[in-house]
Amino acid sequence: MNIVVLVKQVPDTATERKLTSDDKTLDRAASDGVINELDEYAIEEGLLLKEKHGGEVTILTMGPEQATDSIRKALSMGADKAVHVSDEALHGSDALQSAYALSRALGRIEFDLVVLGSESTDARTGVMGAALAEYLGVPQLTLADKVDVDGQAIKVQRLTDYGYDVVEAELPAVVSVVEKINEPRYPSFKLIMQAKKKPVEKLTIADAEIDAARVGLANATTETVDVAPAPPRAAGTIVKDEGEGGVKIAEFLAEKKFV
Amino acid sequence: MAEVLVLVDHVDGEVKKVTTELLTAARRLGEPAAVWIGEGADTGSAKLAEYGAEKVYVAPAEFNDYVVAPAAELLAKLAGDASAAAVLVSATPENKEVAGRTAVKLGSGVLTDAVDVSAEGVTEHSIFGGGTITHAKVTSGVPVIAVRPNSVPAEESPAAGAREEVSLELSDAAKGAKVTDRVVQEKGARPELTEAAIVVSGGRGVGSDDFSVVESLADSLGAAVGASRAAVDSGWYPNQFQVGQTGKTVSPNLYVALGISGAIQHRAGMQTSKNIVAVNKDPEAPIFELADFGVIGDLHKVAPQLTEEISKRK
Ligand SMILES: Cc1cc2nc3c(=O)[nH]c(=O)nc-3n(C[C@H](O)[C@H](O)[C@H](O)COP(=O)(O)OP(=O)(O)OC[C@H]3O[C@@H](n4cnc5c(N)ncnc54)[C@H](O)[C@@H]3O)c2cc1C
Ligand SMILES: Nc1ncnc2c1ncn2[C@@H]1O[C@H](COP(=O)(O)O)[C@@H](O)[C@H]1O
Repeated sequence: MNIVVLVKQVPDTATERKLTSDDKTLDRAASDGVINELDEYAIEEGLLLKEKHGGEVTILTMGPEQATDSIRKALSMGADKAVHVSDEALHGSDALQSAYALSRALGRIEFDLVVLGSESTDARTGVMGAALAEYLGVPQLTLADKVDVDGQAIKVQRLTDYGYDVVEAELPAVVSVVEKINEPRYPSFKLIMQAKKKPVEKLTIADAEIDAARVGLANATTETVDVAPAPPRAAGTIVKDEGEGGVKIAEFLAEKKFV
Repeated sequence: MAEVLVLVDHVDGEVKKVTTELLTAARRLGEPAAVWIGEGADTGSAKLAEYGAEKVYVAPAEFNDYVVAPAAELLAKLAGDASAAAVLVSATPENKEVAGRTAVKLGSGVLTDAVDVSAEGVTEHSIFGGGTITHAKVTSGVPVIAVRPNSVPAEESPAAGAREEVSLELSDAAKGAKVTDRVVQEKGARPELTEAAIVVSGGRGVGSDDFSVVESLADSLGAAVGASRAAVDSGWYPNQFQVGQTGKTVSPNLYVALGISGAIQHRAGMQTSKNIVAVNKDPEAPIFELADFGVIGDLHKVAPQLTEEISKRK
């Protein structure tokens, strides 16, 4: 089975994240880049499926040169090879433009299954799986916390408001995963050494036949009008419990008319 | 005035609060037209009309048998036919997916997790775990916007609520992913997490799967119960109650955090709450940076006392 896992490099959630003041896109210099946490679960699921059904796991990333670090990390978890779409023209692409560009890149790769995270920690749009399925014209099995493949049939548990849905489709398909699905592995020393030699194919937008007029900040379908730090929350009242803690909260709630 | 489509969230005919909020926001942009998928429109339409729906489009329940794509096909068709001014959905994980697919079909832009929408269609967003506020707008096509529950206060404004059946032959592509079973996990009498005006959440500090200390306080306040990922991963509370980046995003008037440290991923799901109360025995816990009122102490002492005090004051 040919499995493609989408991996996005994002600023480390633990560091201060910013948008640039000039074009209001992500300030990548301000924080360290790491693999989007949820994508580690997607990689793990790809690897588990490969271990069970055979085949290959290809990492697909769209992003600037620095994203190479995340690609190597993904390869050192055990993926076989990678495709890196990188082009100045992609800078500032919004969620749907990214979905379009990734769908073009996927058009060059033979896949049975595309696995991705259910959202990224920076943009948090959560639309990628759905938008990709739409562009590719393949079934969407998103928000999965369990995936089973049997021949050409795929079945997932899709998390819902009330519990979950069982969803079934035929391959090829797009699957997005939530963090309940597995426990991502740590790269072993041996795999880290091997990862250095694994092939990473670089694609420009011309290579991937991505229409330049449909990507990039200048053609974005949405515009960030302004950016400002959130007004600081007024410092709260913090008291130590000396036997009256619960009563004190009740007084606060009464003052705010909650009780 | 151009129509503004609002995708209705409902459970068996009962319209969710977020839909009344979306109808209120829709009135700023044009004439609200509700889009109902499935059974129950007979009972639900009255409420939609009360909050400003001039029209209620009704699509067959069959649309719910497949994942996301049918709703997108429906919204894209209606938006095209009516030259809609905008499409609004609630910012649930599922509806954000609907928004994404609808926008691809319409060739428009999509904005998710808006916490406000102006008459000009400018949206407000709270990003990076609440640390940054941005404003944005869709610059191509019919704007498709997913709005967070509890962002726009619902206001009544009676309208016609004229029902219109939609006939639409779903494409084969929309039927690719079929729902073969729905599993409803236990749901108590408590309000739903994303809709609730008050949420009381418990974390690792609760210490065991006996969540009654959290539930009792929640019940005394008429609140929903939430949990941190640590509590969910420990198997103390079901998954669908997780608050945070990879759980539910809540924005209630009051959020009470019991034994939760306030990790960035937790904050991402609750930081826009209007009032935050925290109980934690560690004075250094980051949750206190957010708290309007915090008590440094043992939640197993403080919470029961609070529950009792609230009952006394009723
Ligand atoms: C990809 C990813 C996604 C994530 N998504 C989420 C998410 O959606 N939601 C989420 O919550 N987390 C999420 N996390 C996890 C997050 O980083 C934290 O690990 C988690 O929020 C910690 O939960 P906690 O605060 O309950 O536990 P802890 O951090 O262990 O905090 C427990 C707190 O309880 C206090 N305490 C202990 N005993 C008592 C007592 N008797 N009385 C009072 N206080 C007490 C302690 O002082 C401590 O501050 C995610 C992490 C990753 C990597
Ligand atoms: N530039 C990108 N390159 C590769 N994968 C991406 C990219 N952007 C988003 N993704 C994938 O889409 C998922 C959801 O992202 P988002 O819709 O941005 O929240 C991520 O978890 C990734 O798996």
